[in-house]
Amino acid sequence: MACTILRKEELAPDINLLEIAAPMVARKARAGQFIIIRIHEWGERIPLTVADYDRDAGTITAIFLAVGKTTEELAGLASGDGIADVVGPLGNPAEVPRDSVVVFVGGGVGVAPVFCEAREFKRAGNRVISILGARTADLLIWEDRLRAVSDELYITTDDGTKGHHGFVTDVLAEILAEREVDRVVAIGPAVMMRVVADVTRPSGVKTIVSLNPIMVDGTGMCGSCRVVVDGKTMFACVDGPEFDAHQVDFTLLMSRLAAYREEEALSLDRFHGEKTDGVGGK
Amino acid sequence: MSRPLMLEQDPVERVKNFDEVALGYTREQAVEEARRCLQCKKPQCIRGCPVEIDIPAFIREIAEENFEAAAMELKKTNSLPAICGRVCPQETQCEIECVLGKKDEPLAIGRLERFAADFELARGVKTPKTAPPTGFKVAVLGSGPAGLTAAADLARMGHSVTIFESLHEAGGVLIYGIPEFRLPKRIVKAEVEFVRKLGVEIKLDTVIGKTTTIDKLMEEYDAVFIASGAGLPSFLGIENENLNGVYSANEFLTRVNLMKAYRFPEYDTPIKKGSNVIVVGGGNVAMDAARSARRLGAENVTIIYRRSEEEMPARNEEIERAKEEGIHFKLLTNPTRINGDENNWITSIECINTKLCEPDETGRLRPEPIPGTEHTTPADIMIIAIGTTPNTLIPTTTKNLQTGKKNTIPTDTTGRTNREKIYAGGDVVTGTATVISAMGAAKTAAKNINQYLQTKQQKSHRKI
Repeated sequence: MACTILRKEELAPDINLLEIAAPMVARKARAGQFIIIRIHEWGERIPLTVADYDRDAGTITAIFLAVGKTTEELAGLASGDGIADVVGPLGNPAEVPRDSVVVFVGGGVGVAPVFCEAREFKRAGNRVISILGARTADLLIWEDRLRAVSDELYITTDDGTKGHHGFVTDVLAEILAEREVDRVVAIGPAVMMRVVADVTRPSGVKTIVSLNPIMVDGTGMCGSCRVVVDGKTMFACVDGPEFDAHQVDFTLLMSRLAAYREEEALSLDRFHGEKTDGVGGK
Repeated sequence: MSRPLMLEQDPVERVKNFDEVALGYTREQAVEEARRCLQCKKPQCIRGCPVEIDIPAFIREIAEENFEAAAMELKKTNSLPAICGRVCPQETQCEIECVLGKKDEPLAIGRLERFAADFELARGVKTPKTAPPTGFKVAVLGSGPAGLTAAADLARMGHSVTIFESLHEAGGVLIYGIPEFRLPKRIVKAEVEFVRKLGVEIKLDTVIGKTTTIDKLMEEYDAVFIASGAGLPSFLGIENENLNGVYSANEFLTRVNLMKAYRFPEYDTPIKKGSNVIVVGGGNVAMDAARSARRLGAENVTIIYRRSEEEMPARNEEIERAKEEGIHFKLLTNPTRINGDENNWITSIECINTKLCEPDETGRLRPEPIPGTEHTTPADIMIIAIGTTPNTLIPTTTKNLQTGKKNTIPTDTTGRTNREKIYAGGDVVTGTATVISAMGAAKTAAKNINQYLQTKQQKSHRKI
């Protein structure tokens, strides 16, 4: 249904928070699920992972990186603006273990859904260790929120501007070497999730990743989001989006994510042209 | 005497646009054709119509130039005549029964239906009277042909009807599947609008099984009709089917039709155009995909089908139009493997020739591979149009709802599932079939839902 933006905030350069009024979706949303939005009649349908929900207020929060035409256009909207369609909650909720030690790894905007999940895991009585990673300190988001639901929290930056100088996997490897971990959950760029899977594979610790392939309907109708897990073709939208990281074919995932690179560039150029011409969005 | 030829867009021109191919009868042609009707005392044509249109009655109105009355006659039993006039396989339904067909061409019932419906649409559709409100509420899941039909019938009977649709537009396969050049979306919108005018509320963007469930709806509604269709695409199960450039027909057509990718970048959803497009399958969906690919600008579009043309489930009319548009047909051929490059893009398809053997359980001749006929065909886009099955979202989230073969939801002859108050009809019950058979099943279910609700009312009166 159509919905209104209640809050739009730029948390860090190009990283945007979007809070929308979607009571039907908020009532059912669980950590691990996603929504599909379409900004307007000409828009494409894009999936956004649920970062937070408030059942009483009837709101859903998502955090996204402005990287293409649709996300840039979305970033340009303000509170009070409308969005033509929001659908959800889609996909399966995260499986929540009991009495487990869980390491969460969040990279970039993946930190947001990690927060949502870590909160639920913590409530269920698990020990939550969180590792937050970003390219540089300015791009770190929701550190305080994640700290509040974590027993331990580590920060890494690629350039060393905050926390450990290096990658999330450096800290993850140290933790795995030092103590007993029951589960690792990694959400972030595909390349990060692949490296996490590689790091945890030797010890065999259960590792879950949330996949973000290109989707159209998000309900199992088109098969655009095909991923291969354990040699079998799955639809991320209805069979996932969370899968066993050790079984995921990341090479395929990454090549499919790049399928429309040319079209995406064309669309973005055209959008920038419209903006400078003063035509604006539709 | 044979039927007048319907004007069509020239093939050379029409492959450059997505406008409708068949242009419909003129007034004069319609009247001339309608006057060929023998007005049989015992009309056979009606027997072939799943929605029981009084065919001679509407034809007579056209013959007498009462076009609006003809449309009203159609709408007594069919709420979607402009759609049916375009996409029904009349040649195997009403028209095959027409007595004129014994010696000559049967009456062009479908074209006349389209003419009358279009006439009314152009004039502005009148809202028919509905029965006084019964106070009962019915939820209809899905806004495709079955959902719209059941909703319209139930609304006319005085029930308060809400349709829940998962996509952002109403119409189901009529919107996402059938292309603009065969069924213009303004026609679908107009007939959906008619259903709305009957008092039906349509809630878009609502996924039953996710946003809410049937069991939750049952707290508020007196009956539920499941018309969620068969939306889950089947794949071939051959090697490298997940390469870039390999689409399910559902994805390809949804991008083109629902998301309007043929107007990219004006619309945001992209589509790959390709130069060597292979479409696998022999049904109407395969024809739609091939003809869409051609219109997007692909030079070579080839349909690969494992049986011969005779076994193709597509309408002859669509096969002929595809041929006119330069679509190649590679029959008695089956793909066995897909090849790709280092970037995971499809480059070619390996195929094997087949021969037809004794019929299989579906009654169709079984294709068998001929050893030694393996060959490779270049392809940069492949579209798999070998059928769909119902989505499992609804049965897996509804308590104790029985399912049958290939995710279908079985019903009894009244359209009822194994659970009281829950009915189903259309592709979700039968697996992939036609628009009109789904509408026929929906009418049956609507009738029985009405009967169930009336019985319920009588019982509650007795209690008082």
